[in-house]
Order: sequence, then structure tokens, then C-alpha cells
Amino acid sequence: MSTDDRPLIQATGLTKNFTRGAETIHVLNRLDLEVPRGEFLALMGPSGSGKSTLLNLVGGLDRPTEGAIEVAGERIDDMSGGRLAQWRSRHVGLVFQFYNLMPVLTAERNVDLPLLLTHLSKRERRAHVEAALKVVGMGHRARHYPRQLSGGEQQRVGIARAIVTDPTLLLCDEPTGDLDRKSGDEVLNLLQALNREQGKTIIMVTHDPHAAARASRVLYMDEGHLSTEKPE
Amino acid sequence: MKMLFLIWNNLKRKKVRTLLTMLSILVAFLLYGYLVAIRKAFDMGVEVAGADRLVVTHKVSIIQLLPISYVSRLRSVEEVESVAYALWFGGYYQDPKNNMFGQIAVVPEDYFDLYPEFLLAPEQMEAWKATRTGAVVGRATAEKFDWNIGDKVPLTATIWPKKDGDRTWEFDIVGIYDGKEKSTDTTQFLFRYDYFDEARRDSEGMVGWYMVRVRDPDRAAETASEINAMFANSPYETKAETEMAFIQGFAKQVGNIGAIMVAILSAVFFTILLVAGNTMAQSVRERIGEIGVLKSLGFRDGQVLALILAESCLLACLGGGVGLALAWFMIAGGDPTGGALPIFFFPLDDLGIGVVLVLGLGLAAGLLPALQAGRLRIAEALRRA
Repeated sequence: MSTDDRPLIQATGLTKNFTRGAETIHVLNRLDLEVPRGEFLALMGPSGSGKSTLLNLVGGLDRPTEGAIEVAGERIDDMSGGRLAQWRSRHVGLVFQFYNLMPVLTAERNVDLPLLLTHLSKRERRAHVEAALKVVGMGHRARHYPRQLSGGEQQRVGIARAIVTDPTLLLCDEPTGDLDRKSGDEVLNLLQALNREQGKTIIMVTHDPHAAARASRVLYMDEGHLSTEKPE
Repeated sequence: MKMLFLIWNNLKRKKVRTLLTMLSILVAFLLYGYLVAIRKAFDMGVEVAGADRLVVTHKVSIIQLLPISYVSRLRSVEEVESVAYALWFGGYYQDPKNNMFGQIAVVPEDYFDLYPEFLLAPEQMEAWKATRTGAVVGRATAEKFDWNIGDKVPLTATIWPKKDGDRTWEFDIVGIYDGKEKSTDTTQFLFRYDYFDEARRDSEGMVGWYMVRVRDPDRAAETASEINAMFANSPYETKAETEMAFIQGFAKQVGNIGAIMVAILSAVFFTILLVAGNTMAQSVRERIGEIGVLKSLGFRDGQVLALILAESCLLACLGGGVGLALAWFMIAGGDPTGGALPIFFFPLDDLGIGVVLVLGLGLAAGLLPALQAGRLRIAEALRRA
């Protein structure tokens, strides 16, 4: 099997436990997941089912208690903190429910943030930022601060920040959860376009069946397990 | 450098808080500038004191006089190279408040021979020797009262009336001396002892103290003992000591200036450290979520730590830098006491220490919040966003 034939994400035996005082909470239980390159996967499930935890593990934001995660042929579960951070900056774009933009920075400065970790010149960075903002249709609001933008606009800036480094993988944690239907649809259109036109692999956590319907595959999480069937 | 906008924008996040913290730091470093200048003003005499000079005063007190006849006996001591004597006049110019400069009766050549750090043009020295009422004044005092060569200056005596009871002494300014170093005292008003001694009503033939240059500074202590032994059991016993010890003793009458300054500055900097540290801690607490986002974007723990430290250092540098610069310019404006501190300046080495203190303050204030931010786990931080 050549590298391109292998799934982009291959997680095997993933277990994640949290301890709260004397109590151990089992969030993920020996979970396996494969995501092919270019897939738009939606993860659904009730609150506390472990969707965001799985997203964090796949994005290298947290480490599994047990199990292995391979992304684009690289084991990320045993990387050092510094290497994992570097890996994230190259391979992962994150979109958050509440946008998580820096309120003290303009839209273009927010989008520029991940590029500060690259060796690009100021001019090259500016070109990348302009291109990313153009893709999300926010080129005209580049100099605006988050407080001057609507929720939908802020989320589009968030998406521009996620794609500006041209990451391998786009991870979206309830990207429409804080938006009205119209703005949510615009964001979903954008994600769908990024998946179809630019071949971005996307994993989206959502509670919203309407949003999940835009994905090419939907998986359901319940009590730390994944299933293709919606739980009762 | 490319992260500078991020650091700067974070500082601007709470403008009032940042401004108040900066002002606190500014005031602390302004105070630092003044305190080191004051300490230097007290220490400088000690630092510039000639290692080869002794001061001989009355054993009881410097205000007790010594007979002028001691000069020949002092010159007879083998280790003594030259001797000069002086007497404190203690008057004022026009207003009793204008008394903050030393007015001293001296023998011109002897005095300037003992103090080569006082620079006087040879023709002015000749003019002084030729004018009994002549006086030579230091540049600082001349500029303060706008005195020029050729001016007639009246000084009112508080201790020494003339034979006719008149307390006004008139002197002709014949020279203005400069200091060899920045730290040289250029506030003195020097006039001829022979004119003064002849015209005064009381204590004729008495002097205030002697200055002695020894041939071998390493043997200064032994020479001092020899001088004291020479006048032991006489009506005018002496206390000979090195000029450094003499000035130190003088300064200690006020107290241990250095220790007092260090104590004040320690308290000030400790308080400022708490203020700046609290500002940084609050600032970091308020943006735990944002720090999580930075880390999720790929910023390493060390980079986040460096960003917070840089922010703290920038805050300290803005406040401390302006404070030091302000202190520099204000102190350059001169002695704020109007003459009580004749040598008053902000020494360059203390300015350098100030810069180090600014950076130290920045690092110390930011260290704990920076460590906290560096250690923050991303998932935990994002939950708190």
C-alpha cells in the first residue's frame, strides 16, 4: 500500500481517561478510527460523549492514555511537546465554536498568527493572509477588529486563520454552534467548498443534524465508542 | 521582532491598567535616579579624596581653631611634602539663604598646590596673588550668581566681623576655577587668608584646619599618628586623618547614607515588583483561553513563556526607561537644594545599573505568570476560553 492509499488518520485502541479527585472518568474506550485523505467527516453525539476529546487527540492538542495515532504517516502520540507543537503548526487548522480570535488584533493580524511560526517574509505572509481572507470572503474586513464583526464574519476569519498555512487537516469543533441558521449555512458552504475544491480533509464535531448532512460521512459517538449508527 | 505587534497589542489591552503600572514604575526609577544622585553627592568627596592628603583638625572638633604656627612644625615632619591651611568663613551673599557654598580663607598657591583638581588659569592666579581682596570662585557658584571676573562681591559674615564691627566683607573676583572631573566641587568661594586675618576682629593667627600632602600614601596612617603625637598634651591637640576618613566621618554625621538609600530603594522596588507582577498575573489570567489558542496554533511552551516575559520587560522598559530618562534630564538641571549638594549628578554607572534593574524588574514581574502560561495544557485552556 503506498502512502497515498493509506488513510490520512489512523487511530487504534485510543483510550482517554481523566481523573477528578479519586475518580477516573473513561472518556474514550479502545476506539479505532480511520479517516481517508480528502474526507469530510462529521462526528455527532450527546454532550460528554467524547467528541471534542477525540478531536483534541487527533489534532495533537492532548495525548491519549493508551493507543496510537498516526496522521499522514507520522505517529503523533509519542512526539515530544515541542515537536508536537511544530507538527500542529504545519498540519492542523482549528476552527472553534466561539471563534477564539484575539480581540486586540485585527482580522488580518489574527490570520497572520500561525504564519509567525514560519520562515516566510513579511511580504509573503501578507500575500498568504490576503489570499486566505479572500477565500472566506473577508478581504474587505481585513482591518476590522473582532468586536466590529458579526458572529458569522468572525467564524469566517477563524476559518481563514485555520487554512492560511495550508494544513493537511481541518478540525472544526461545532463551527456553527454559535451562529444563526443563515450564518451557519454560509460557514458550512465554505467548509464544503474547501473540502471539494481544495481537497481539505475535515473532521467536524457537531450537534446539528443539518450541519452533519453536509459531511460525506457521519459517525456517532456514545460513551467513548464510535458507530455509524445513531444511538437510541 | 515579528512578534512585537502581538506583545504591544497585549499591553494595550487594558490601557488604563497598563498606564498606571507604567507610571508606578516611572516614579520608582525617577526616585532611583534622585536617590543615587544624592548618595553620590555624599560619597563623591570620599571617592575623589586624594589618597596622599591628610586633614589635620583640632582633636575636639573641627570648629575649634588651631594656631597658624603649626604650619612650620608640620612642614618639618619628614613624610610631609607640603602643607596648606584654611578657615571657614560661613557667610552669605545678599540673602541669608544664599549660604550654600563654601567660603574659605586660604593661601592661594598653597591651596591650589594641594588641590590639583581645581583648575585655575595662571594669569588669574597671578592676579589673585597681586590683589589682597581678591577671590577665586568655582564655576558652579559663579554661574549661579552670575559673577564675572572684575565683579565686586560683598559677603556678610555670620562668624567673623571686621575690626570695626562691620560684617560686610567685599571681595574682588579675580578668577574662576573649573573642575578637572565632573565630580570636582566647583562651588567654593576662596579668598586670601592674609587679608582676612589682618582685618578680622577675633582669633588673629588662628586657622580652621590644615591640609597635608604626604610623600608616601601607604604610610599616611603612620604620618598622621606622628603629627598627632607631635601636638599631644599641647593646648591645641590635633586629629590628623586621611582626607577620605575625614569626609566619611563628616558624611556619617548625617547617617549611613548608602544604607539608608539602599533600604529606601529596596522597599520601593519590592513594592513595584508586586505592582508589576500583579498586573502581569492579572493580564495572563484574563487570557488563558487565548494562550490556549496560541498553543493550538503551534506556539511552543517556551515561545509562550518568552512572549509573556517580553511583554513584562516591555512594560518595565517603557516605565523604567522614561523614568530613568526623566531623572537624567531633571538631575542635569542641577542640585534641587540650591547648593547643599555641590556635586549633584546621575552617574553613568548608576544609570547602567538602573537599566539592569529595569530588565530585572521586567523578568521578575513576568516570571511566575510566564511559567504558568508556559505550563498550561491546551485542552484545559481552551475549555476556559
